[in-house]
Amino acid sequence: MTTEAIHEDLNEAHDDHDHGDHKPTGFLDRWLFTTNHKDIGTLYLVFSLTMFMIGGAMAMIIRAELFMPGLQLVEPDFFNQMTTMHALIMVFGAVMPAWVGFANWLVPMMIGAPDMALPRMNNWSFWILPFAFTMLLSTLFMDSGGPAAGWTLYPPLVLQTGSSFAFVVFAVHMMGVSSIMGSINIIATIFNMRAPGMRLLRMPMFVWTWLITAFLLIAVMPVLAGAVTMLLTDHFFSTNFFNAAGGGDPVMFQHIFWFFGHPEVYIMILPAFGVVSEILPTFSRKPLFGYGSMVYATATIAFLSFIVWAHHMFTVGMPLQAELFFMYATMLISVPTGVKVFNWVATMWQGSMTFETPMLFAIGFVVLFTIGGLSGLMLAITAADFQYHDTYFVVAHFHYVLVPGAVFALMAATYYWLPKFTGNMYSEKWGKIHFWSSAIFVNVLFFPQHYLGLAGMPRRIPDYSPQFADFNMISSIGGFAFGATQLIFVGIVWHCAFRSKVRATPEVWEGSRGLEWTLDSPPAYHSFNTPPEVTCNALSRAD
Amino acid sequence: MAQHAEDSYYVPHGSKWPIVGSLGMITMLASAASWMNGSPVAQWTFWLGMAILIFMMFGWFGTVIRESEAGMYNAQVDNSFRLGMTWFIFSEVMFFAVFFGTLFYVRALVVPWLGGEGSGAATNETLWQGYVPTWPTNGPGNIGGEFKTIPAFGIPFLNTLILLSSGLTITLAHHALKKENRNLLVLWLAATVLLGFIFLGFQVFEYYEAYTELGLTLGSGIYGATFFMLTGFHGMHVTLGAIMLTVILFRCIKGHFKPNHHFAFEAVAWYWHFVDVVWLGLFIFVYAL
Repeated sequence: MTTEAIHEDLNEAHDDHDHGDHKPTGFLDRWLFTTNHKDIGTLYLVFSLTMFMIGGAMAMIIRAELFMPGLQLVEPDFFNQMTTMHALIMVFGAVMPAWVGFANWLVPMMIGAPDMALPRMNNWSFWILPFAFTMLLSTLFMDSGGPAAGWTLYPPLVLQTGSSFAFVVFAVHMMGVSSIMGSINIIATIFNMRAPGMRLLRMPMFVWTWLITAFLLIAVMPVLAGAVTMLLTDHFFSTNFFNAAGGGDPVMFQHIFWFFGHPEVYIMILPAFGVVSEILPTFSRKPLFGYGSMVYATATIAFLSFIVWAHHMFTVGMPLQAELFFMYATMLISVPTGVKVFNWVATMWQGSMTFETPMLFAIGFVVLFTIGGLSGLMLAITAADFQYHDTYFVVAHFHYVLVPGAVFALMAATYYWLPKFTGNMYSEKWGKIHFWSSAIFVNVLFFPQHYLGLAGMPRRIPDYSPQFADFNMISSIGGFAFGATQLIFVGIVWHCAFRSKVRATPEVWEGSRGLEWTLDSPPAYHSFNTPPEVTCNALSRAD
Repeated sequence: MAQHAEDSYYVPHGSKWPIVGSLGMITMLASAASWMNGSPVAQWTFWLGMAILIFMMFGWFGTVIRESEAGMYNAQVDNSFRLGMTWFIFSEVMFFAVFFGTLFYVRALVVPWLGGEGSGAATNETLWQGYVPTWPTNGPGNIGGEFKTIPAFGIPFLNTLILLSSGLTITLAHHALKKENRNLLVLWLAATVLLGFIFLGFQVFEYYEAYTELGLTLGSGIYGATFFMLTGFHGMHVTLGAIMLTVILFRCIKGHFKPNHHFAFEAVAWYWHFVDVVWLGLFIFVYAL
């Protein structure tokens, strides 16, 4: 019996109460009132791509202003609004929702479930986001302009924000509510909806990394909510949390913020680890090397992420013991991360490798993410950090882990699963063009920023000393080219979804393994209506 | 139907409640922000937004209750709800952890530093000469003026006894539900609701005294800020918990819940125990120590 037939069969059985297993026909029913994990996943992904473009446009403004020394295009305050909003949009609007979108599409299919555990709440977690980001973006049009104190919202500077301040705080609250509900749903789905035989240590790595990510999200989003709430009361209700005259401390905000902020960076990168651990085995035609150690390494990274936060604030004047503790704890993270990189390389070792676009992006991820990891190690050295702190070296570091890291993994995931989602193959030729221009221009864009930082160029400024001119111009050229390259990506996705004539097989890839590849491409509206039996390791990554 | 629910998955139909909730939320929060900026209209639209949110909750929970009472939820759905509530409470724990963490950080580090301990000698010498660190404090700037604190062994201790008793009465209600003793269930649950509202009454009285007689306000330096934020957020959670208890009290009177199927009751009980535990932390670290 095909999946389609099982699907029909169950519909008949369910007709006596209104489950609505049929795909809804009306536009509002399909997209606004939906409880379907695939439709909600699509909404998340489209939303994220939109935000990626908006945040990217802001990055173009930043790079255009920095093309030459001197003030050319924008006012300094507007420049600061752009850096602040670019970060908020990219972190909370582009990368995080994109991962939730993939989790929505993939987790139920990978563990053999019909849908998410709490489908109505799933709808709400998504539909909060467009409102939250409309409110956030609307601040750009207020008298005071948008927030300009940096995405880290440090007091006392952020308390000088004008009329947009409260809107930013409440937008952050809404994003937090959305993330917490989305994460609760993912945890409930993974713990409660696995098919018989899908034991925890048989789960695909993407499911494992998301389980741990969801835990991190539930643990730290309330911390961010608390931090911005204290900013709000300091601004409007005369509290003195961050005012030394009243017995408070502005540095305390940094501690609270980074207690959220450091796990947050792993929230953005752990699902990327999962995706790469799915793709490399497929195109190496070998099982993942060291599955168990991958799981434990992910959990270890998550644990360590809670005890390293103050490496973001080595220069604020902490006691020496604290500086040393946070330095050593930070360096410890390189151990589980090294395990992962070793396992990825060992997975490819002696494999029958082919280099389709997802594989190219995954390999690009391993190489370029490692560069970002190594500059992170440099930053972790407390004494050295006094030189690097708040320079373009930091900007280069975190863009290496986020752009050719998290974003490359998102691209890899898109090329890898888009044929499964749409039932059509994307254009391999254009995919390869997209990869190679992205890989080249991302390095032209960010690599010179290492030198700028080491030479002492501070971040978050619209103007700079003339000796930084050459590297900035190179970086800006890389930036414009990288930005333009992403328009190709939009074209490829659109073509694959609506125009491509090449149908995808259920397996899509020769070496693909896992439950999602046993379903049709595109899969039925509800993935598994009866639990599939997972009896052997052939359907899982562990062996 | 019941036996069918056991052997296949349950997937609910589409719902209009989430989008209603989003509209309520954005109306409320955008209005709150405008209100803080001094908009005269926003204070009315704020309440409109809240009304939409309450309408959404009535509608959404109503749908779920109807479906549950119709026997549409199997054990798997029940377990999903349990996981959802467990992790929601964990997120709440982390929210309170921020404010407790703030209190500990201020008391253990910030205030001594302002007084010149550790690396704070220069700060004390140049900015806050003569500031002697104590607790409670409103900081070296004496922000908010002189104030007195609320003694732990007065109303706060009484409130501790009240909340602990309410934890006992809800457990007795739970036992009565399991033994299918409906009268006893309603009695103990009503007692829990009553204790919850008495607690809230005392808190309101305490706030009134703090503002009118003790000079203790939200603006009383770091002590006032931590005191009112911790007890205030706790009070909001007790209010929410008391409303939830009232809802399940009415459901019990209507004859809802079975000895082996009463997730909503347990969820509310977990939540109630959670606010109880938070209060113990407050009593020790905010009032007593």
